[in-house]
Amino acid sequence: MISAPDVVAFTKEDEYEEEPYNEPSLPEEYSVPLFPFANQGTNPWSKLSGAKFSRDFILISEFSEQVGPQPLLTIPNDTKVFGTFDLNYFSLRIMSVDYQASFVGHPPGSAYPKLNFVEDSKVVLGDSKEGAFAYVHHLTLYDLEARGFVRPFCMAYISADQHKIMQQFQELSAEFSKASECLKSGNRKAFAGELEKKLKDLDYTRTVLHTETEIQKKANDKGFYSSQAIEKANELASVEKSIIEHQDLLKQIRSYPHRKVKGSDLCPGEMEHTQDQADHASTTSNPDGSADSDSYTCRPAYTPKLIKAKSTKCFDKKLKTLEELCDTEYFTQTLGQLSHIEHMFRGDLCYLLTSQIDRALLKQQHITNFLFEDFVEVDDRMVEKQDSVPSQPSQDRLPSRSLEECPIPKVLISVGSYKSSVESVLIKMDQELRDEEYKEVEVTESSSFEPQENLDYLDMDMKGSLSSGESIEVLGTEKSTALLSKSDSQASLTVPLSPQVVRSKAVSHRTISEDSIEVLSTCPSEALIPDDFKASYPSAINEEESYAENEGAIHFQVSLSPLELGEVQEGGLENTPPQIDSSCCIVKESNGQLVPLPTPAHTHADEYGVVSIAPQRYRQKDQGFRVDFAVENINPSQDNSCEAFPAYELDPSHLLASRDVSKTSLDNYSDTTSYVSSVASTSSDRTPSSAHPVSLSSERHKKKAGQNALKFIRQYPFAHPAIYSLLSGRTLVVLGEDETIVRKLVTALSIFVPNYGHYAKPVKHWVSSPLHIMDFQKWKLIGLQRVASPGSAGTLHALSRYSRYTSILDLDNKTLRCPLYRGMLVPRLADHRTQIKRGSTYYLHVQSMLTQLCSKAFLYTFCHHLHLPAHDRETEEVVASRQLSFLKLNLGLVNEDIRVVQYLSELLKLYYMQESPGTSNPMLRFDYVPSFLYKI
Amino acid sequence: MLRWLIGGGREPQGLAEKSPLQTIGEEQSRNPYTELLVLKAHHDIVRFLVQLDGYRFASAGDDGIVVVWNAQTGEKLLELNGHTQKITAIITFPSLESCEEKNQLILTASADRTVIVWDCDTGRQVQRVSCFQSTVKCLTVLQSLEVWLSGGNDLGVWNRKLDLLCKTSHISDTGISALVEIPNNSVAAAVGKELIIFRLVAPTEGSLEWNITEVKRLLDHQDNILSLININDVSFVTGSHVGELIIWDVLDWTVQAYERNFWDPSPQLDVQQEIKLCQKPNDVSIHHFSCAEENVFAAVGRGLYVYNLQMKRVIACQKTAHDSNVLHIAKLPNRQLISCSEDGSVRIWELREKQQLVAEPVPTGFFNMWGFGKVNKQASQPVKKEQENATSCSLELIGDLIGHSSSVEMFLYFEDHGLVSCSADHLIIVWKNGERESGLRSLKLFQKLEENGDLYRAA
Repeated sequence: MISAPDVVAFTKEDEYEEEPYNEPSLPEEYSVPLFPFANQGTNPWSKLSGAKFSRDFILISEFSEQVGPQPLLTIPNDTKVFGTFDLNYFSLRIMSVDYQASFVGHPPGSAYPKLNFVEDSKVVLGDSKEGAFAYVHHLTLYDLEARGFVRPFCMAYISADQHKIMQQFQELSAEFSKASECLKSGNRKAFAGELEKKLKDLDYTRTVLHTETEIQKKANDKGFYSSQAIEKANELASVEKSIIEHQDLLKQIRSYPHRKVKGSDLCPGEMEHTQDQADHASTTSNPDGSADSDSYTCRPAYTPKLIKAKSTKCFDKKLKTLEELCDTEYFTQTLGQLSHIEHMFRGDLCYLLTSQIDRALLKQQHITNFLFEDFVEVDDRMVEKQDSVPSQPSQDRLPSRSLEECPIPKVLISVGSYKSSVESVLIKMDQELRDEEYKEVEVTESSSFEPQENLDYLDMDMKGSLSSGESIEVLGTEKSTALLSKSDSQASLTVPLSPQVVRSKAVSHRTISEDSIEVLSTCPSEALIPDDFKASYPSAINEEESYAENEGAIHFQVSLSPLELGEVQEGGLENTPPQIDSSCCIVKESNGQLVPLPTPAHTHADEYGVVSIAPQRYRQKDQGFRVDFAVENINPSQDNSCEAFPAYELDPSHLLASRDVSKTSLDNYSDTTSYVSSVASTSSDRTPSSAHPVSLSSERHKKKAGQNALKFIRQYPFAHPAIYSLLSGRTLVVLGEDETIVRKLVTALSIFVPNYGHYAKPVKHWVSSPLHIMDFQKWKLIGLQRVASPGSAGTLHALSRYSRYTSILDLDNKTLRCPLYRGMLVPRLADHRTQIKRGSTYYLHVQSMLTQLCSKAFLYTFCHHLHLPAHDRETEEVVASRQLSFLKLNLGLVNEDIRVVQYLSELLKLYYMQESPGTSNPMLRFDYVPSFLYKI
Repeated sequence: MLRWLIGGGREPQGLAEKSPLQTIGEEQSRNPYTELLVLKAHHDIVRFLVQLDGYRFASAGDDGIVVVWNAQTGEKLLELNGHTQKITAIITFPSLESCEEKNQLILTASADRTVIVWDCDTGRQVQRVSCFQSTVKCLTVLQSLEVWLSGGNDLGVWNRKLDLLCKTSHISDTGISALVEIPNNSVAAAVGKELIIFRLVAPTEGSLEWNITEVKRLLDHQDNILSLININDVSFVTGSHVGELIIWDVLDWTVQAYERNFWDPSPQLDVQQEIKLCQKPNDVSIHHFSCAEENVFAAVGRGLYVYNLQMKRVIACQKTAHDSNVLHIAKLPNRQLISCSEDGSVRIWELREKQQLVAEPVPTGFFNMWGFGKVNKQASQPVKKEQENATSCSLELIGDLIGHSSSVEMFLYFEDHGLVSCSADHLIIVWKNGERESGLRSLKLFQKLEENGDLYRAA
């Protein structure tokens, strides 16, 4: 509903676009952007000019012990996507940056090899040569046959847009953590299975050796041992040792802290496995030996093999594939998650951010948003996610704090103290340290918070940075401020270190803290050029989108919602711009309006082009949006919202393509913003929206619906009363002979139909049987078949009989029978002279208008004195007149508009009071008003 | 279903041909029912509605199930399954003062020749009697004697524990169609065209046996008695198939008043006879009565008549109130009269003092049409001169409720929750005052907000 992306529609590109109404959508071959490399020069705002791939993709690589770094697979698995991009080379790059320096080995003081449960590391990395930036997620999987039992892997999200990676770091990290967790739990399962087999083998070998020794002993009972016998005994001893070692390993892998796994949000199936594992763990830890046999029985019968001594390492052996390493089930699950990530972050950064803001704002409207939103997502799941992903920190905090926490979209930039704190993702055992560090971070965050700077972020980003060649810089590694003093980290930025030095430093930090994060960045100079266009041609968003969508319209992906809003923190404000500027002053010509303010301290860092925008944990806001349900409280909250919604307060005139309309609605629009804030919930479950796979069909559906609605409005002069019928809850029957035409119009008009709750809209696309009173209670928009046969008399009879409950739009005769409408609302909603041309734009326009309407309904519903007497002596008449004057004067409603708000208000009341939403249909409300027949 | 297609199809504004049927446009400013709730649980004709208390009611019909509803929310509270055939009578069984059990009981009789006592709070089947020789068609409770009576082909007397106390011999094959309690432990039973008075003898010191005896047979009706109700302490009223309305004295069972000329257009006896023979009897049959103060409201054919007991004449009438037979009428406390009909509609009327008389024009040659026995919708009949002059009130249509797609069998009025109607289309519709409901919802909303602690007042 928040239609910020509407900006896109108001760009010049719109003018070149031919009208979409008169023609069917383009055939695919025309609408798909041409060959990705052919249009590099022709499309100046293409951000991909430097990159050799057409859009973002995910790469999984392995550091193979046999052949070194190698790419395993990409998502999407389509050569078109990465084009000529050198996957092998890039794999080398990302794998060489860092893979987990954790080994299984014999640590001092331990008799047996130890498995380290290593945390994944997350790195942002840039490669100037390839024009690629990547979020790299390293993980290790266990393999009994591998060297040191570990196989390093990494998953990388590769994009040409550095800022995208930076801004979305939190989300990427959270999503990839899920994928990684999935892989790892599958791997643990597989590894345990492998160990069990190995143990059986060893056991068998021991028995065989034992018998052999016995035989030998018997063969020569001379009292001394032959060398052969000694050898056998040694062999037996080593097998025994090996058994103990493997048992120990098995115990270790099973005793993996399940708490962690449970804490994170896993796919449902996985939960069981985890549970399984837990059970296993408990049984194996049983002192009696029955446990082992237990775990064996649950596997298919396995015939043990004899293990030859000294057969240990063989490099010609084929290593297990990733799928073998993890359970197939987990593997496919992971692939699912990864392609989900790919979907989720598809598109331009600015687009992603706006839709995130959208969703965050929508969250706050949870009382009204059921009315007109298409809800694909399940709320419970989000709540769950909120609880699970930031895990411990949020739980440890005071409840009052968590009440206030509110995902206010902040798009800030942090350059000063570039702490890459990823607390929310890392899971650690020692909590105390955690909290401390947490608090510290918070303090700095809140102290440096300055909303005014938000809007600048793009510009600041644009300056980007410039690096010489393809060196890799490690910009900051730290675990926490506790480990690494501030001055220390500052130094690593300001002092021009050679890459090697930084590198080694990073490694050394890593050994201290297993969960550190490196933010690396190398910026090619070419990558900066298109940044200008990013601002002036926001419609470039479409370019990427259209790849999948075949049409260059805006795509409003509602269901696509990253878990947390990327909040990049604004560090010491005085210092930050210079820092950026200093790093990118070479490209200053391209954005003249930005004033470079190099500070002496940083000038010498220029040639390294160091840029660091450290992703931050999303903020626990102090300025909460808690609004109470009383009229009196609205004012303070308004103020609050105004300053806290800077990113949202776009120029309202962009929302409406028609100039005059935009003028009239300007006031209303700003009203809306304040209303939005008042829709804040009182419950504490306001969570950042979560991610769900986007269904492209729904996108297309919306666009089509908007387009057809627009068509309807232009074609029928009586569109207003028809739309009024829908908004006021009077069932509109679309009568026609041709099913496709009726269906099309019903779909189009359904965007005006208020929902009863979070389930399907009360729309019936096509019926051919006579209507019944139940239908009017259930459906608010019905497509009805007109049959020429005499048998259909009943249908028409029913229609005329129930004419009181319906408005009838006759498509064949082009007539409409419905009550009179003289309000102001619908003309604005459905102006037949509107300049809006695109379906999706119109859809957004409708959504924003309806949001406004919803907020009015909300205010009306939740004002106590409007419905109940203020004191005992007040009569009902007084209340009624107050109600009316509120509707007319405060909400500015005219005539029939009042009915619309009243109807929505009833729906709100019902929805709020419903114990189990979706159980029953609401009652049928109707008015005794005369109908009129409209003709073209 | 068909009936309303014939009858109801012509009803909406302007569609019908010339018809004296009074219609009201879509603008019904005095019709308070602007909200409806369709309740669906039955799968056959719903014939009976009975009010249990301030907010609950039970419905029963041809599918043999009894459903208990919440009239406020439309929630289905209980479904009582026990009868295998259609339900023929339903009555509430008032709990006794002495009785510990305060649960609301109802009695249902069915064509499967059983009577079941239900507990409407738990849905439990309290007791069941299945020793009937014939279908019980009516039930009545004599509260003073703590017994209930079942009327089928004979009349049985039962106590609360469902012991048969006594019964009459076989009365008639048609069976008792209606029963009312009258003073002196007596009941009046309508059997065909006869009205039989029975007296119940409670056990005394002399005899421990209950006994029921026939006291009198009244043969004043010319045709089957269709309706029978108590008016007040001194009289009760019967209505027959041919439009005879007789008011009886409750004590000596004498005819106090006799009105039979609802449809008689002329004083000539022979014409009248002829008409009576030829015209469709349904057109004058008295289906239902309702009474309030000194008025008896009668549903006569398709019309509504108001008979004043003091003046002993019809004071107001609406000869074609509906397109089809009126099945049930009720007088509401607010001077409104509500009628429901086979045409599928419910209409709301208001009784008004009439200032001046307006005679309807009498179409010439009208009676000939009747003579040919045509079923004619234009059944407007001039009332007799003196009667017309005497009509001092009028029934004004103030609204109609359209929702059912078939004959509306019965309705029930709740002071607080509106009107409940049941129909042959298997549905029950609760008609509510939308404005009041909206206010109630607001009240609930703020109550819930307060419960949740979300309500803050300005300091």
